[in-house]
Amino acid sequence: MSTLPIAMTVNGEPRRGQVEARKTLADFLREDCVLTGTHLGCEHGVCGACTVIVDGAAVRSCLMFAVQADGADLTTVEGLAEPGQLSPVQEAFREEHGLQCGFCTPGFVVSVHAFLAQNPTPSRDEIRDALAGNLCRCTGYQGIIRAVERAAASMAG
Amino acid sequence: MKPAPFEYHAPETVPDVVGLLAEYGDEAKPLAGGQSLVPMLALRLTRFEHLVDLNRVPALSGVERRDDTLVVGAMTRQATIERGAQAQAVPLLGLAAPLIGHVQIRNRGTLGGSVAHADPAAEMPAVALALDAELEVASPAGTRMLASADFFVGNWTTVLGDDELLTALHFPVWSGRCGFAVDEVARRHGDFALTGVACGVELDANDTVSRVVIALFGMGSTPLRARAAEEALVGRRPDADTLDEIGRLAVADLDPPEDIHASARYRSVVGAHVVTRGLTRAVQEART
Ligand SMILES: Cc1cc2nc3c(=O)[nH]c(=O)nc-3n(C[C@@H](O)[C@H](O)[C@H](O)COP(=O)(O)OP(=O)(O)OC[C@H]3O[C@@H](n4cnc5c(N)ncnc54)[C@H](O)[C@@H]3O)c2cc1C
Ligand code: FES
Ligand code: FES
Repeated sequence: MSTLPIAMTVNGEPRRGQVEARKTLADFLREDCVLTGTHLGCEHGVCGACTVIVDGAAVRSCLMFAVQADGADLTTVEGLAEPGQLSPVQEAFREEHGLQCGFCTPGFVVSVHAFLAQNPTPSRDEIRDALAGNLCRCTGYQGIIRAVERAAASMAG
Repeated sequence: MKPAPFEYHAPETVPDVVGLLAEYGDEAKPLAGGQSLVPMLALRLTRFEHLVDLNRVPALSGVERRDDTLVVGAMTRQATIERGAQAQAVPLLGLAAPLIGHVQIRNRGTLGGSVAHADPAAEMPAVALALDAELEVASPAGTRMLASADFFVGNWTTVLGDDELLTALHFPVWSGRCGFAVDEVARRHGDFALTGVACGVELDANDTVSRVVIALFGMGSTPLRARAAEEALVGRRPDADTLDEIGRLAVADLDPPEDIHASARYRSVVGAHVVTRGLTRAVQEART
């Protein structure tokens, strides 16, 4: 099976790889970069667990091939805070019981980071709209929405 | 890895894209935002020997105003249309975009992909049909312009040949006292619609309707223009009773699909109300 060389920046660090064209970006991050914080739920675009930030925009990494990210600048859940630290969004998820099993959490946290960067003072309706593409099957959404409100408030200082 | 193996091509110009499409024929497929194609590959509903990625062709994206026409490149992202100031010249684009999936999907999904994919329940094909958008299509033989009314053939099927690429969509810009609406009923926010409408209304100085377009989605194997209903509304005052009547007329001769989500009768009954609601909003906007 032929492979292609790729190079990208992930969480500020250069990464190189040699991949089959059919390898998704999610699989490249998990298997080749060993960044297993990016989760895979449905692998066909429905659940949002695999959300990462590519060149500033939150996207589903199961619907991109790794070769398509050649040259791109990526942020995954591992890159949102210094090692051992929590970002304000992660902190707020903990405070507000925004997670239970944690499977969906990386997708939510990454989506919320991208969302608050664009809209730092969202209304509750805007928060619901922004999170509609992320599914949680166990916590319920109320704590998650409160977490986004808390994160927005704490980031506003 | 779930998709079957394929050879990946990343050309940078339109002639190179259509050259590859011509060379590989029905073994090749363009890859736009991937938000429909990649799930189909992952589920192995389809497979291609060659994928021709359009994401590295700069000439395919961008929004440009040319007199009374807005030209939108096929690879323009749905999110760009949703947020961009330029697309506001064609309000139906900005009204339809937020109804497509979710923000992470619109950050990748493209206008051309939506239209070329031709899902019968998708919003953008109905917007193109409502406005009689002209579709610019390239092939090794050159460029041709197609009317939206001639483009959609059936479920996920268009007139495009294997070596043809949708490169841009040309939307007429309306002026005068006009208003627009996209309305739909879906099971959940972001789902494909069970039934929906994209419509535009222009009023004259006496508040009568001088022009109206109504395109339905989710109501057949392609988006559909409700031409009889349009004709019946022109020249009349759009009061509540009239718009009720037009809503019923718009769905009168249709044979909507029936599936696990909704019966054909449900789609007809609700579809009529959706048309009335959309027109009501478009009229309100035209008056302000
Ligand atoms: C969870 C989820 C929810 C969604 N909800 C909706 C919704 O509510 N409404 C809606 O309309 N869509 C919805 N979609 C699909 C939408 O997001 C896709 O963006 C759209 O259908 C296809 O656009 P794309 O750019 O991603 O195209 P791709 O997936 O890359 O391509 C789709 C098809 O079009 C062909 N194609 C693409 N561009 C061209 C071109 N320029 N010329 C010729 N052929 C071309 C491809 O070869 C392929 O066959 C949803 C998707 C997901 C994953
Ligand atoms: S794993 Fe990507 S959306 Fe579900
Ligand atoms: S915390 Fe378990 S699925 Fe969301």
